[in-house]
Amino acid sequence: MSPLDSVLARPDIWRGDRLAAACRPGVPTGYAALDAELPGGGWPAGALTELLLDGEGIGEMQLLMPALARLSRSGRLIALIAPPHIPYAPALAAGLDLAQLMVVACAAFRETLWATRQVLRSGACGAVLAWLSPVKYTELRHLQLAAEEGRTVAALFRTTRAAAQASPAPLRLTLAPADGQLAIDIIKRHGPRLRTPLRIAVTRPISDPNVLDSLPLPAPAAGNISARSAIIR
Amino acid sequence: MCNGHAQARGIRRGISLSTAYALAPQLETKRRDAALEAATIARLAAWCGQFTPNVAPDSAGFCLLDVSGSLRLFGGIASIIGELRKGFSDLGFSTVIAAAPTARGAQLLARAGREIAIGTLQDLAAELGKLAVRTLDCTPATFATLRAVGVNTLADCLRLPRSGLARRCGQPLLDDLDRALGRLPDSRKFFVPPERFTARLELPSEVEHAEALLFAVRRLLVELSGFLAARAGGVQRITLGLLHGDAPDTNIAIGLSAPGRDVTRLSLLAGERLARVALKQPVRAITLRANEIVPLPGRSLGLFRDGNETDDRARLIERLRARLGPDAVHGIAVHPDHRPERAWCRCEPGATFTVHASSAPQSATSAAPRFSQTAALRKKRPASTASGNAFRPVWLLRKPRLLSENGGAPQFDGPLVLLSGPERLEAGWWDGADIARDYFIARAPGASLLWIYRERREPAGWYLHGVFG
Repeated sequence: MSPLDSVLARPDIWRGDRLAAACRPGVPTGYAALDAELPGGGWPAGALTELLLDGEGIGEMQLLMPALARLSRSGRLIALIAPPHIPYAPALAAGLDLAQLMVVACAAFRETLWATRQVLRSGACGAVLAWLSPVKYTELRHLQLAAEEGRTVAALFRTTRAAAQASPAPLRLTLAPADGQLAIDIIKRHGPRLRTPLRIAVTRPISDPNVLDSLPLPAPAAGNISARSAIIR
Repeated sequence: MCNGHAQARGIRRGISLSTAYALAPQLETKRRDAALEAATIARLAAWCGQFTPNVAPDSAGFCLLDVSGSLRLFGGIASIIGELRKGFSDLGFSTVIAAAPTARGAQLLARAGREIAIGTLQDLAAELGKLAVRTLDCTPATFATLRAVGVNTLADCLRLPRSGLARRCGQPLLDDLDRALGRLPDSRKFFVPPERFTARLELPSEVEHAEALLFAVRRLLVELSGFLAARAGGVQRITLGLLHGDAPDTNIAIGLSAPGRDVTRLSLLAGERLARVALKQPVRAITLRANEIVPLPGRSLGLFRDGNETDDRARLIERLRARLGPDAVHGIAVHPDHRPERAWCRCEPGATFTVHASSAPQSATSAAPRFSQTAALRKKRPASTASGNAFRPVWLLRKPRLLSENGGAPQFDGPLVLLSGPERLEAGWWDGADIARDYFIARAPGASLLWIYRERREPAGWYLHGVFG
């Protein structure tokens, strides 16, 4: 091996035209197409991952769900820090082992940041999901350093406005809806930029939107439910 | 007794107070408090119990430890002395530590300020011989007699004929020397540690910020930790008292998720709790109490220091709770109820329990379906596990949000497209919190999937209740 090759084989060196070899394997996302595009073959453990999206309800949690399910079933704790709404147990129980779920409610942004740092540093969690919307570069830098101390998958949810800002997170994805699927653009990774956004079919409660689009608006009176609709228990 | 700064100014034991003030005008003097001294020695003895069960506190400011049985466990005398020295400095005491085969011998060496560890009786005799006669506890008359015959060191004293020495200075002196040299047995009464831990620390000056107390609190925690180690126990709850003098004391309870005695862990928690305390009055003294001491199982040391994730988890949770409050950290569980608000409940994080059906009448938990499910829908329904339901949103709004309507159609950033439903939920008549709603899965213009419902009772309306994240 020539001296140059041995330098290039180092895990901390990566060339712009190919994916870096991650020094530790990531947690598989559960979507083969996405795994193929991520250094380490999954969500990075011990580094921040930014998920940038506008609004909610496009399947952003379902994107993480296979990895979270795998981590929780192997007995690792999942921490949700300052989630925007109540994490709803009946839905989450479908994939996760709820006993491994921890919800941390924070009254102020400073506390959210503090709690995220503590969770990352402790190494007690398999994954941390944090909702920190306007966050400064230095604060992210502290979080990234904390993440490097452990081997936790750290997903930060931010708005797409943050895409224009610099970030110390080694992996940044933007999520957008696309015909019932999720269009994912990797805007930062240790590797070349993605040519076209990935299309990932995440689990949705309604798989075939065309059929159900035509569901008529129910009549306002309680007793007049049209025969085509059904009651689902 | 005086500290190093005073000694540098020339202050010695035995000089008068006026001479001392002349040498160092800014000198601070305190009356010697024998009771406090004895209490302090007893506290130190309790702390020393972690090295050996045989601790004998002595009235003269000494604490004798029989470590002969502990040498192997702690890795030799040098490492025990090192740990003692570090511990005492953490506790805020300056010490002279000497080790010898006899208790009295070690005590004499320590009194003379000789910080050495001696392994054999021959070496001990040689070392003791170098000590001045004044190190012994004798009456002034005996010291005068010995000085008159030219005896300055213990070696001189030992060279004298035993019978003559006993006649002139009394048998006690001879016995004392024999005990020091190991010729006579030396039995001591060992200390019995108290059942509960109480410690008090006077602060050198009044403290106005709770965070500044942490240094002092840490000293008490080191003491607590040693006390607990001696009893092979841990605490789950400690109470920190801040004494203000005039105002009533501030009591701060610190809870641990699992019993423990680790100083770092306890001081982290104390730090988080103190950071939240707003002091109304300056603090003069602090106390630390631990009433319930729980036995802790021993843990074998691993070959590698492998992090125990369960342990880390307990620590993380208690740390988060210490700062954010006990309710801020929780787990979630499924609760068997058809009402969406009640289909989940909070629980301890990491708790592996399932909530069993409450006494609610099962026959009435859901409205009887007016229309049976069509075969097509049944096929399309995603597989739901025993406890999970794929028709439920990942996010539930804390409070249903009223949606605006346009000609009877619900709006949320534009018209909503209903994709599935209605799912009629009608339950709860038995406890007064009954609902009658038709739930739909709807798509917003931004392609978000929402869980909305139409209230079937007055006032009617469309509400947003969940988000399919």
